[in-house]
Amino acid sequence: MTDLTLTVNGKRVTRDVPGETLLSELLRETLRLTGTHVGCDTSQCGACAVHMDGKVVKACTMLAHQAAGTEITTIEGLANGELHPMQKAFNDNHGLQCGFCTPGMIMAGVDMVQRYKAEGKTLDEAAIRHELEGNLCRCTGYHNIVKSIQQAATEM
Amino acid sequence: MYPVKYHRATSVDEAKAAFTSASEARFLAGGQTLLPTMKQHLAAPSDLIDLRGIPDLAGISADGDGVRVGAMTTHAEVAQSAEVKEAIPVLAHMASTIGDSAVRHLGTMGGSLANNDVAADYPAAVLGLNATVVTDRREIAAEDYFQGLFATALEEGEMIVAVRYPRPERAGYAKQTNPASRYPMVGVLVAKTGGGVRVAVTGTGQDGVFRHQGLEQALSSDWSQGAVDGVEIGEEGLMNDIHASADYRAHLIRVMAKRAVAAS
Amino acid sequence: MSDTGIGARVKRKEDKRFITGKGRYTDDVRVDNQAYAAFVRSPHAHARVNGIDTSAAEGMEGVIAVLNGNQLTGDGIGNLICGWAVSSKDGSPMNMGPWSALATDRVRFVGDAVAVVIAESQALARIAAEAVEVDYEELPAVVQADKALADGAPQVHDNAPGNLIYDWEIGDAAATDAALEGAHHITEMKVVNQRLSPNPMEPRSAVAIFDTAEDHYTLYTTSQNPHLARLVLSAFYNVAPEHKLRVIAPDVGGGFGAKIYIYPEEITCLWASMKTGRSVKWTGDRAESFMTDMHGRDHITTARMGFDADGKITGFKVDTIANFGAYMSLFSSAVPTYLYATLLSGQYDIANIHCNVRAVYTNTVPVDAYRGAGRPEACFLIERMMETAAREMGTDPGELRRKNFIDTFPHETPVIMTYDAGDFSGNLDKAKAAADVAGFAQRRAEAESRGKLRGLGYSCYIEACGIAPSAAVGSLGAGVGLWESAEVRVNPVGTIEVLTGSHSHGQGHETTFAQIVAERFSQPIENVSIVHGDTDKVQFGMGTYGSRSGAVGMSAIVKAMDKVEAKVKKIAAHTLEASEDDIVIEGGVVKVAGTDREMGWHEVGLAAYTGHNLPDGMEPGLKEGAFYDPVNFTFPAGCYIAEVEIDPDTGDCKVVQFTAADDFGTIINPMIVEGQVHGGVAQGIGQAMLERVVYDDDGQLITGSYMDYQMPRAEDVPFLTIEHNTTVCPNNPLGIKGCGEAGAIGAPPAVINAITDAIGDNDIQMPATAQKIWRALKGRQTAMAAE
Repeated sequence: MTDLTLTVNGKRVTRDVPGETLLSELLRETLRLTGTHVGCDTSQCGACAVHMDGKVVKACTMLAHQAAGTEITTIEGLANGELHPMQKAFNDNHGLQCGFCTPGMIMAGVDMVQRYKAEGKTLDEAAIRHELEGNLCRCTGYHNIVKSIQQAATEM
Repeated sequence: MYPVKYHRATSVDEAKAAFTSASEARFLAGGQTLLPTMKQHLAAPSDLIDLRGIPDLAGISADGDGVRVGAMTTHAEVAQSAEVKEAIPVLAHMASTIGDSAVRHLGTMGGSLANNDVAADYPAAVLGLNATVVTDRREIAAEDYFQGLFATALEEGEMIVAVRYPRPERAGYAKQTNPASRYPMVGVLVAKTGGGVRVAVTGTGQDGVFRHQGLEQALSSDWSQGAVDGVEIGEEGLMNDIHASADYRAHLIRVMAKRAVAAS
Repeated sequence: MSDTGIGARVKRKEDKRFITGKGRYTDDVRVDNQAYAAFVRSPHAHARVNGIDTSAAEGMEGVIAVLNGNQLTGDGIGNLICGWAVSSKDGSPMNMGPWSALATDRVRFVGDAVAVVIAESQALARIAAEAVEVDYEELPAVVQADKALADGAPQVHDNAPGNLIYDWEIGDAAATDAALEGAHHITEMKVVNQRLSPNPMEPRSAVAIFDTAEDHYTLYTTSQNPHLARLVLSAFYNVAPEHKLRVIAPDVGGGFGAKIYIYPEEITCLWASMKTGRSVKWTGDRAESFMTDMHGRDHITTARMGFDADGKITGFKVDTIANFGAYMSLFSSAVPTYLYATLLSGQYDIANIHCNVRAVYTNTVPVDAYRGAGRPEACFLIERMMETAAREMGTDPGELRRKNFIDTFPHETPVIMTYDAGDFSGNLDKAKAAADVAGFAQRRAEAESRGKLRGLGYSCYIEACGIAPSAAVGSLGAGVGLWESAEVRVNPVGTIEVLTGSHSHGQGHETTFAQIVAERFSQPIENVSIVHGDTDKVQFGMGTYGSRSGAVGMSAIVKAMDKVEAKVKKIAAHTLEASEDDIVIEGGVVKVAGTDREMGWHEVGLAAYTGHNLPDGMEPGLKEGAFYDPVNFTFPAGCYIAEVEIDPDTGDCKVVQFTAADDFGTIINPMIVEGQVHGGVAQGIGQAMLERVVYDDDGQLITGSYMDYQMPRAEDVPFLTIEHNTTVCPNNPLGIKGCGEAGAIGAPPAVINAITDAIGDNDIQMPATAQKIWRALKGRQTAMAAE
């Protein structure tokens, strides 16, 4: 066991966890932040997407200790009193059905909008679809997920 | 996952010391390939030595000769680097297409090359651009570095520090991805370099990345898509699986070579 | 229409918890004293189990118990069963082979469980599971359905000679043969409907809690039908009597059929919880999903369709081999028979149809209903035949269909379905207009100028949903009735709780169901909550599959609301001293029509519960239940038109335009209904172009992860155009037909018809991958060894 200190959703957290603990396990099992989901073993589905220092990463393909000293934001930490524009957009546009991929979709969506804004690039439909390569959804056919991200991109 | 001891190294020496004192250590870069392998119980190192905090392994620098990319540079950093974009745009472009955005935020050039997955992009850049792999012990020419599937010239405990890419006159990269995994199924990098035309093919050779002499000769005399048409591209040595047969792969090498020339 | 009533695009009430990460899925449940299960699974497709040595695993750190199949059967846990009896045409019963939750003497597919390790953590359980030594004696395996029927094929079950489960038929063979004999034109095809893995994004999971004081079990599980799970676990698997077993299906991350069934893992966790006195949790990883979630489809079919000189269909003869995998799953027998062959008339007036179905065992994951279940296989066959026939006869594929459409209702098909309503020509017209079929030639020419091949394909699908009239399915062998139940509780303060036996795992019931209640009782939708998924809360229910929640589940709610309304009116008439017939519920109040005499809705509720002033003899309270048993299937139908563009250099194909004109009957929430179509069409595009389960000849699963099984991604699907052409279903109170499966049923033939149109080669099987398209374009027949 090794001490690990990081910031999760704005709170400093220190825990004694074994080296093999995945970041997704730290979040779900140790901190009981169960909004971060695990849908595959091979890093394709993106249900576990969280932000590390503001950038999207897959929490199931990262050791918790690799996140030492970083700031992690999970779906639970995204809303700041009121819903984040990306969260609201998913509700407005019916961007979710079963909800399992949704936290990852929202975290990936926020990341892509921020990245494109920072680089001064246009996040059009084709770009959104391409950027969603690492996030799988089985319910929505992506139609309303793309629309949700389009809406949020104009509001963020 | 099996139990593993995690170390965070802050210097090359510290990492080496940790490696030597462990029973079965592995260096850990971004972990984007190693961790899924460990999750499936296909790898079971006793210790993981995280190299991402070592300053000597970080950073991108460019000069008139080319670009030096620190081993722990992420794909996202390579893709966005002004130096790389200016000196070797094909490398930035390639990096922007590796995995997905989450993978690019963690995966590193050094990790990818040390692993030498047959379905990785960077081997095509290293071999095609005639790069040099700089380790904590020596410098390894691209030609000598790749030694088959998941096999490299790296010795036990040897660590990639950086990769030095000479500036090509022009270069392009195109790939057809595996429809399921989205790893390259056939990736072709074509480059006009000081040492002549080089064509590296990744994702499809049974022994990993390889140079294609026929394409190199044809493009040496005529740098055009048309020149690719006349080249014989055999199926021998190409992989054959549920995603692509050897003849389809051979065909895709031609198509991707043309697209790479067009993109150069 | 009110803002929240029938037809309104109400945003989903349930979204908030999902978009803030507060959904509660089974794997999110963790109880005190939690232990974890890991299964020891067969690495062989077929082997005898000569012994299991658990000693090493038992001695490992954190291991609580290692349990095997002999212990399980020794405790009286019953075999898994198929609950729908289908007999062969000679009258003999289907050959159901034994399936123990933990195999005792033989394993029959890679992933078949032989033992379970219960340990203090998931990681420890998995590591210990690797230390269980099983002495396997490998046996030859068979994978393909047609090969399983061949002489000398390995035998999967001793009681199924030749691997034959049943040899079943429907329709008049002689009349169909005669009709084909006299046909002016015959179209003949061999069609493979490939094996798929359902892949809900949430892997299956179970948390079993045994209360030693009460001898009571609680099971949290990823189920589409918790009551059915309880019934089967109790009545057939002898895990616990029903009153000692509570099944909770909390938030469930997609089902698509795969979560209908009661799996070995759930049975084993419940039993292991009793054995160890610990709460036992199992959550599958994706590799286990591929290895153990019931697969779908897997038909090999040859068919002949005859036409007269006018292009009217005269007969349709079909021979299908259905691969059931290693065991008969819960509803497997019904899929290629009553959910497939009965739909072979499609939207067409066909006098003579005959279909023969042979179901066979192989050494693969069992096959059962996956979104559409039988109907996609029927639709794909018919719509490929129609398109092919039109091309062969040189007629317009849309017009050939129109010529054969059924246009009077009710219409009885020769395969026992009675279509109740529809407007097939209207669907075609609406789709053609929205898809701008007239402009296709221009689009094709423009694509050609860019070096691309463009093609257009139709699909006119029909499905039987609203499953199903209990007596009818009972007469066909179903072991259960397929009604639905509901309870409507008006609280003393006037808020309303609706308990439903339907289960939402993405379908939005908490919103849609609330809409019909809010409208009926003229109450704010916020004051209505929908309760589902817990056998302790909801009395009974048959769950959600087969697009039945609207047509059957909501009909039960309507029936219960009828009773509530009657009582409300009695109370109001009594209080307001008026006739019941004059009482209306509108504007949020209960009033005497045409007067200002009224009671607030909450005042009626309060009156019912105080009981101070009720009509003579009336019981206090305001809560009514109902069971609704449908009188017929419902028949959603529509026309889909796909357009694809192909890069001839690589064979890469993109669906560039997709138009749906659907007739779902009454639509409660168009936003949610369109969402169902989006998802269904994406799965249909997935089947047409991307997805397939591949086994090698030894029965090893090649597509065991997302590295090899191609799921549709955002780039694989375009924005869809969706039109509605509504004819109301005459057989249920709301006129609903259902919408959950249409996309997955209708899309595959539209896409394949478009691809074959683009490449000018009709011989391509699903999935039409880039490689296959390239090969077809090359005209190369050399089959890949791996294909």
